[in-house]
Formats: sequence, C-alpha cells, structure tokens
Amino acid sequence: MAKKQLVQVKINGRTREAMVEPRLLLVHFIRESLQLTGTHIGCDTSNCGACTVLLNGKAVKSCTMFAVQADGGELLTVEGLMQDGQFHPLQEGFKQEHGLQCGFCTPGMLLSAYALLQQNSNPTDQQIRWGISGNLCRCTGYQNIVKAVQFAARKLGEGKSVAQGGSK
Amino acid sequence: MIPPSFEYFRPATISEAVSLLQQHGDEAKILSGGQSLIPMMKLRLARPGFLIDINRISGLSYIEEEGGFLKIGGLTREAELEASSLLHSRYTIILDTASVIADPQVRNLATIGGNLAHGDPANDHGATMLALGAQIVATGAKGQRIIRIEDFFVSLFTTALTHDEILTEIRIPVPPPKSGGAYFKLERKVGDFATVAVAAQITLDGGGACQKAGIGMTNVGATPLKAKKAEDFLRGKKLDAANINHSAQLAADESQPSPDLRGPAEYKKGLVKELAKRALSSALQRAGS
Amino acid sequence: MQKTTPEVGGMGHSLKRKEDPRFLQGKGNYVDDVNLPGMVYGQLVRSPYAHARLKSVNTQNAKKLPGVLAITTGADLEKAGLSWMPTLSGDKQMVLATGKVLFQAQEVAFVVAEDRYTAADAAELVEVEYEELPALVDPHKSLDPKSPILREDRTEKSNHIFHWEVGNKQSTEKTFSGAPVKAKVDAIFQRCHPAPLETCGCVADFNQATSKLTIWMTSQAPHAHRTLFALVGGIPENNIRVISPDIGGGFGNKVPIYPGYVCAVVASLTLGVPVKWIETRSENLQSTGFARDYHMTAEIAADKSGKMRALRVKTLADHGAFNAAAQPTKFPAGLFSICTGSYDFADSFCEVDGVYTNKAPGGIAYRCSFRVTEAAYLIERAVDVLAAELKMDPVELRRKNFIPPAAFPYKSPLGWTYDSGDYDAAMKKALDMVGYDALRKEQAEKRKKGELMGIGVASFTEIVGAGPAHTFDIAGIKMFDSAEIRIHPTGKGICRMGTKSQGQGHETTYAQIVAQELGIPAADISVEEGDTDTAPYGLGTYASRSTPVSGAATAMAARKIREKAKKIAAFLLEASEEDLEWEPGKFYVKGAPAKSKTIQEIAFAAYTNIPPGMEAGLEAVDYYDPPNLTFPFGTYICVVDIDKGTGEIKVRRFVAVDDCGNIINPMIVEGQIHGGLTEGLAIAFMQLIDYDENGNIQGGTFMDYLLPTAVETPVWETDKTCTPSPHHPFGAKGIGESPNVGSPPAFVNAVVDALSHLGVRHIDMPVTPWKVWKILNEKGLTG
Repeated sequence: MAKKQLVQVKINGRTREAMVEPRLLLVHFIRESLQLTGTHIGCDTSNCGACTVLLNGKAVKSCTMFAVQADGGELLTVEGLMQDGQFHPLQEGFKQEHGLQCGFCTPGMLLSAYALLQQNSNPTDQQIRWGISGNLCRCTGYQNIVKAVQFAARKLGEGKSVAQGGSK
Repeated sequence: MIPPSFEYFRPATISEAVSLLQQHGDEAKILSGGQSLIPMMKLRLARPGFLIDINRISGLSYIEEEGGFLKIGGLTREAELEASSLLHSRYTIILDTASVIADPQVRNLATIGGNLAHGDPANDHGATMLALGAQIVATGAKGQRIIRIEDFFVSLFTTALTHDEILTEIRIPVPPPKSGGAYFKLERKVGDFATVAVAAQITLDGGGACQKAGIGMTNVGATPLKAKKAEDFLRGKKLDAANINHSAQLAADESQPSPDLRGPAEYKKGLVKELAKRALSSALQRAGS
Repeated sequence: MQKTTPEVGGMGHSLKRKEDPRFLQGKGNYVDDVNLPGMVYGQLVRSPYAHARLKSVNTQNAKKLPGVLAITTGADLEKAGLSWMPTLSGDKQMVLATGKVLFQAQEVAFVVAEDRYTAADAAELVEVEYEELPALVDPHKSLDPKSPILREDRTEKSNHIFHWEVGNKQSTEKTFSGAPVKAKVDAIFQRCHPAPLETCGCVADFNQATSKLTIWMTSQAPHAHRTLFALVGGIPENNIRVISPDIGGGFGNKVPIYPGYVCAVVASLTLGVPVKWIETRSENLQSTGFARDYHMTAEIAADKSGKMRALRVKTLADHGAFNAAAQPTKFPAGLFSICTGSYDFADSFCEVDGVYTNKAPGGIAYRCSFRVTEAAYLIERAVDVLAAELKMDPVELRRKNFIPPAAFPYKSPLGWTYDSGDYDAAMKKALDMVGYDALRKEQAEKRKKGELMGIGVASFTEIVGAGPAHTFDIAGIKMFDSAEIRIHPTGKGICRMGTKSQGQGHETTYAQIVAQELGIPAADISVEEGDTDTAPYGLGTYASRSTPVSGAATAMAARKIREKAKKIAAFLLEASEEDLEWEPGKFYVKGAPAKSKTIQEIAFAAYTNIPPGMEAGLEAVDYYDPPNLTFPFGTYICVVDIDKGTGEIKVRRFVAVDDCGNIINPMIVEGQIHGGLTEGLAIAFMQLIDYDENGNIQGGTFMDYLLPTAVETPVWETDKTCTPSPHHPFGAKGIGESPNVGSPPAFVNAVVDALSHLGVRHIDMPVTPWKVWKILNEKGLTG
C-alpha cells in the first residue's frame, strides 16, 4: 500500500481533511471519508454521471479522479445546494416538474444542471439536453428534467432582474 | 471498481516531471486529464506504479497564434477549446472535434495533449491534427523536439514519444486565406467513441481549385489514419460533387476498419466515404468557395 | 368518484411527490449509504470462462494480504449445504461454483476484507485453475445431441428445461390449412438488461448477542426474500429482518436473490460483523437477471378482407445457465399467452421451449408483466407483416380486427379474460394527435424523391396486477398484497404496504388513495414500505402490480376504517348509522348537514371517547386478492426519418395514448410513461447483451451496453383515454410497464415501414444504423 497523504478540501463551504491512499477515488473520499453520501456511483467507466460534483466551479465525474488531485480545491455536492434552509431553484424545479423518480441520478443531474446554468443562464431545451448529456437517467426519459432546468432558469432570471432593479 | 495502488507525485515544473519519468522508467505514467487513464486503471487494464500528476504545472494551458502557428498547450482542456473565441472564429474544425468528445464533465478535465499522447485510434483529435498537418512538441531531458503528426502515431496505443517525454504543445500552421475544415463523427450515442469520424481541411487557390487537402480518419485502423491518396487526388482539382465523391471513395479504400459492436468493416468503410463527403463539402463551404 | 379538494389531494390530483425533498438534498438512503460500526466489505471472484471445469481454488496468497478477514469458496459452502440455492422458477443455481462454471462472470469465491480497496486487491490474488470446456452459446444448438450437456447436477441429461403449450392446436392447424392469406415473422426479442442506475447490493448484519440477522438489500420483494432466507438458510423467520431502503431503480432486476446477498449473509453469520457487498456495474450487467432472449415465430391466418382468423406462435427461450426467471410457478413462459393482443382471433396456439446455454441466468420480467413485452412485440410485428402481405394500411387492419368494446369481458382463445377495453378510442385519439393521413401523404411524396420516412403503429394490450392468488404464486407464496392503515388520535396516519417503491412514487400515491377514501389530506398520511419487521406481508413491486393489488388493498383497508368511523360518528352525533351520509372527510346527518363529525374528530374519539363495547383505535389491515388481472392498453405511433448515407434513424415524433383506467396521480403516470418509452427506445435501437462464440460477454459495461442520453431521447407526446377496470376497487390499472411493452414494436414498425417499399418486412432489434445501412447498401441506395 502506498503511503497515505493528507487531502484537504473546502466542501460545501466547510474545510475538511483526511489521510488517504493516493488511489482513493474522489467519490469514495466524499462518500466514505467525509460521509456525504448524496453523491452516487452508477458505473465504473465514466458513463453515467451519478457521481458528478463541482470542483473549482467545473462539473467533474468524481469516480474518474483521485482524491489527491482535488487537494486544496473547492467542492460543491448536492448537500451544499440549499441556501438558508431554502431549496435552490433547481431543486424546486425538479420537484415542481417531476424531474426525478428513483432519485439515484438526481444529485449528479442537479450539479450538471447547476454548471450549465452558470455558463448559460437562458438555455434552449436542446442546450439543456446537451448540457446534461454526461448524466444518465433510467427513470424520467429526461423530458421533465429539461422542464425542471427551464423552471430554474426562469426563477434565477427573475431573481436577477429583481436584484438589478433593486440596485438602480 | 478499484484501481491498483500507486505512488503519486505532483511536480510543479516540467523538468521536475521529466526527471521523475526518468527515475521511474516504464512504470511511471503521466496523469493529465485522466479521463482515459483512470477508467483503464479502475478496470485494472493499466497499473502504473508511479503516477506523475502534471495538472499543477503552470503555463501548459493556452490557445494562441504566434509565429505563423496556432499553439495549443498540452494541458488545455477540451472545454477550454470549446470556449475559445479564437477557435470559434478561425479553427472551427478543432471546435467540431472538441465538442463531440465524450460529454461535458469529461471535457472539463480531458486535455488535448492527453487525447493525442494516449495513442488511441478512437480518440478524436488525431484525425483532425492529421488533416491540419500539426506538429507535436515533446519535452524531455534534452529539451524540446518537434514531431510531425504524420510520424507521431506509431501503433495501437503507441506514439513517437519516448517514456521520458511529455507532450507539451501542439502547433498548427496558420491556414492561408480561403481555407476551411470540418470534423464529422458518427457515434452510437453521446459520449461514445466514434464508429467512424473524418476530418477534412482544405485550402483553395485563386481559381477556386483545391490547393491543399488534409484528410484524417478516426477509429478505422490501429492509429488515426491519414487518407493520403484521397488528399493527393484533390490537389489542383475543383471540389465538385464528382471529385469529392471520388476522393471520399479513395479515403474509404485507405481505411482499415475492424468489425466490432459498432458494425461490420464494410459498413465502416461506407461511413468513411459518406462522412468524408460531408466533411469535404462542409470544409469547402467554410473556405468560402 | 367524488373529486376531493386540492388540499385533501385524493385521486386525480397531480400532487408533488412526498419523497422528493430527501432525494433533492442528497439525503436518500440507498443500500451503499448504509454505514454500520465495524462494517467490512465483500467482493466476489468471478469466472473468466463461460464453461470450464473448476480444478482448484487457491486462496493462500489472498489470505496473506493484510486486512483480509475471510475467503469463502464453493467447497466451503458445500460443507454447509449452501453451495446451491433455489431460483424463483423451480430450478436451482450455484451460489459459489463447485465442479463446473457455467457462464462468464459466474461467482467462484467471496473475499471479505476490512475495506473495499483491500477486498478488490485480494480478489485478484485468488488463484483459480480452470479447464476450459466448449461453450454452448446458440440456444438453437442446445438440443443438438452433439452439444455438451451443461447441467450435470440434473437427472435429465438434456439442456431442455421445459415445454409449455396453450390453445387449441388442432383447430388452429385447420384454420391455417384453409386460410387464403398467411403471414409469418421470425423475430428475436434480444437479450437485454434492466440496468437500474443503482446496482444490486446489501449489508448483512448478524448480531450474535440477539441472534437477529438484519439485511439491508436492494429488494423489490423484501417479504418474499425474508421467507426464502428462512427456508433456505434455516434461520427462524422472526430472527430475520429485511430492510429494503431507497432503491435506485429496479425494473425487475431486484426481484431475484443473487449469490452476492447469500455470501454476505454467510460472511456476517461467520464473522459476527456487518458485511457490505455492492456490485460493480459490470457485475450487474454480466451476472444478474437479464431479460427476454426469446426467439419467436408468429404466423397469422387471415382472409382476403383482412379478417384475422388464427395465430400460431412457436418460441425458443434462452434462460442461460440456470432457469432464474422470476415468474409464477404455473407459468414457465410467464404471461406470454397474451400474444393474441388486442385482436379477436377465433383460434390460437402457442408453444414455448426453454433451454440452457452458457450465459448468465435469468429471464426476469424487465419492466414487464412476465413476458408480456415479448408477446406484445411479436403480435404487433406480425400484424404489420400481414398488412404488408395484404397491401393494407396497418391502421385499417388493426381497426378491422380489434376486440370491440361490447365484447368485454372478453375471453381470449388462449384463456385470459380481458376485463375491459376500448382499443379503437385510443387508436383514434393517437391518429388525430399525430395527423396520420397527412403523414402518409408526406411519406408518399418523400418516396418519390427517394427520401425515407416511416410511420409505426402499435396497439398493445397489457396484462398486469397478478394475482389472483388461486392462479399465481412466487415460489409457492400466493400473489395477494397488503396494506395496513393506522389513524392516529390527531387524525393523521401511517400506511404500510407489502410492496416496495423503486422510484414509482408510492409514498405519494398510496397517501392519495387514503385521502380519497377517508378525506384525510394526503399530506397527513405517511407511507412506509420495505421493512419486514413493520410492514404487512406482501409479494412486492414488479409486473405493474402495486396499484392493482396493494392500491386496492389500501382502498379496502381505508373502507374498513370508514365503516368503524361511521359507528363512532353515529355515537357522537347520537344518530343511527343509516341516517349518516359520507362526503370525503366527514359524516353528516341526512337533511341536517350542520350536524357532522369530521374524520379527524372521529379519530380523536376513537382513542378518547369510544362507544361502549367498541375496541379502541382506528386501524385496519387488508390482504387483497384480486379477482382478475387488469388489462391496460394503448396506441403508440412513431414517425422516423432515415439518413440514407449513414443508416441513422431519427425519431421525429412519438405519440403515446395510454389507457390505465382511473388515475391516482396524473403527473406520476405521465412520468412513468416518459421513462418507459425511453427504455423502449433503448431496447429498440441500442441494447443487446451479446456473447461471442466462446461465451465471452459483449456489452458488459455502459461503454457498450448503451443507455440513451437526453440528446438521443425524443420529446414524448402523451395523452390518455379512460376505461376503468370494472373489478378494481377504484377502477385503476397498472401503468409502469405499458410504455416499455408497447413502444418497441412502434419503433421497429416505423423503421420497417420506411423500408417496406423495398421489400423489407422485419429487422431484429436493436435496429442499429449499420443494419439499416446494410439493407440500403444491398439495394444500392447509400450515396
């Protein structure tokens, strides 16, 4: 066994650390070392996206990365989406538009959608479909997920225009 | 799935990385984006004893024109290629290519250098770089050397890089005016490797005839393939339907596909022809014929 | 049925789901999230060969690895009499191999270590010596005398598992011999896999102090699994608690018991610590319950006007190395005899032979009521072939032969009594939605220009909701199901069921049934499933049986509560029961609506002011045995465009009109349809668990077993008709599987239709671009 190394990350705003083997996958670090089990594992081959988290603002598949690579980085997982006890508009959208069924792909799907909306605040349906194309869902057929992301885009847009209005 | 154990290094400079490579020989592997290497390690098809993570080395990620070349740093991510306004305005063929690699999350990590250095005939940049006549900058103990892309792909998963060299830059000659290129890929679904893909880059002369053509093919041989006969045929000819068709047929003849779950060899040759036609037609349009 | 207010949220309200908040915060509790003190990890060692004699299993080196706690082999289990276990089809299956391995990825040894990384390393160090034997891959060769006999454990020295037939062979033959028109199709419903996004796994925790075994497992049928563990393992059933926590999709994959569960239980019994075993994706695809693999021939005899007279079906069923199909005992081919579909045949005959091959065991009901998917595909393909034979529009042919509404309840020639149906209503709605006539015109014009588009129609009939108990059982346990409702003093309550949701939204829909029956807001009713220590016994969730059976039990239990509530109300109102009227949420005195008691007031009285002589409390249990199955149906229409250069198929439109009777939650029903259609799309165009000639699995990862992304998935256009089930307490039918049953033929019919003028009559699934291209190339039509 290779020597363990210290990995420190800021995850959902909190600094956490653990000693890990270099081969420890980031997803196992998150789920087992840090006990945040919202991030899931659905395949071995980087196809399903259930393990998607944001690392330094970018959506990545945490099963295809070693924890040591994330050392010093900033992570956002599904557990960090709520703000002040309120659902993020994406969480609200998924609920209102029935964008989830078994819930297993949902955390990864939310994080991919989060990254997409940061890049493109007003996506078309087709852009949403491409934006979540690294995430497999076996239950919903994606149609309501697309609606859920549109819901969030609208809600975030309203928030922005209110904020802009307020600053004038 | 669980990767085997390894020792991990995170050098801060290229020279440090190169000396680690020299120290550990064949057992060492460069960890760039990791999007091919890590799945192979999880499947235990790759088991490097030493992993040298170059992601924290600064100055390896850039897209710029300089000295008659488009220069792309080896650590440039696919997502950065996709977002590059320079590529959007002048190198749409590279944009075509980067945007059909794997999926958004993978493209956030995967690098153009890793894509080429992995030597996988199914990887997409190889064909495009063959079409563009790129050069590979390899950095080793003795400094840098330039490898022509035609000489870069040696055999399945093997490139001209020696074990202590790192692919640090890709150089593409800035195409003259009236040039255009396109990459057409057929995949079974988003995220799949190409069933077949074809890259075509052309330059027209003053009379509208083809002055230069580059055609590369993905996943139809042990390495990315250059369709030399198809390229040669077009030189000096009008890119009309008949000539495009004939060139595409030559490319299909030059391809060496194997049957697999994506289809029989006959089908893949048919696809080379079809996608070559589409890529050439699109290249012609982009060249502003 | 009286509609409740949105606040109450009974039947017909699109209530937002109660389970969503925890999933949306990453607070679901799936098996791999269970983390117990002292927990250790198991990993299976699997065979690289499809057929081989096991010479030796050497665990010495693996045991030396620090952190390894135990390694179990088939020989070890044999000593304990546990090396084989029964399947759900009356066959048996090896837990860990002894003697021979019979499929690639078969379980050979089980390694337990302190963490999963060490377990993976140790599994690699287990040295197994094999003597490779010729593999039997093609089911058509299973009965060839030259083929090896796979199962040496059986007394019958043959690879034949069963022959099953139903219908009237003689009269069918007679009709065929005189028929002026015949159509025939050979169609393979390929081997595919449910591939839920969460793989299978468990945590087995044997507490040596209390002798209690708790198993958290990915189980669609926790109660039945508890009984099987008790029967096979000899553990008293009261000392076993199976907990099926949140399930990340099941689709039939989580109905069987797999060797990994058994190994984890044995390891925990031996070591006295909790043992976690979680499959990798490859293990899931390569070794757990596959579906279909039916090699079918259908023939239809008809007269020249297109009136269909008789159907003859012959099928070879590939079950792999062990017959591990999960299906009712009396039905070795499940409900395949629903293959007469939506059509009125006078005569029919259907026969199925099951065989062994060197492939993974199974034949499970993947999002399907026991082989109805294969049946619907076959008849809907055969009808299209007949239409081409007759040069008749496939819609016209279907409409001419539909069982008419007046014929229900309809007795089919193969023995089923269809409860209700109005097939033409669904067809008509679908035709209007898609604009069928205009599409046919467009197609004709396109053909003139050499462009290829196709329109595929399928009018399927489903058969879901097993029991009745006199006919249906799983491993001897009758297929009833249950509900237990307890109303608390403050008028809120809890409902516990014998079923188990895997994403279907049971926590919401069962609460809505209670809301409908008792007028208590659905928000005030908790729903719990999956814990065998607390929930009433049931057979679980698969084959679209939750709403037809447990949903019915919920309504019946609620009605028992309402009966008692009426007595309490009469006491409180000092009125006679006969003078009371019910409206959702309260009893009032006839003619004096102000004199009333709400259900909440009555609930409080049930604990605080009980009528003399009455038992306290307000609760009821119901074990519901359905009098018949329910028969949902629908018409699906698919429009495709084909790229001649590449063979790519683009689904331009897909219209789905479903009829599942009365609907509990329209939003959830629509979601089920979207999901089922998407799985149907994958089966029709992408998915195949294939093997090479040596029995090496092809498509054992998500790199080659393809799940569509949002990009490949079209926009689904859905609508409904409503023909309530006459025998179900609130007129509902199952819905989860209809879209997966009805869509494959619609997709394939569309592609074949696009090529029908070229003489194409059938293409086997998955209909890939290369298959289409090959046809076009042979006709000289590719660029």
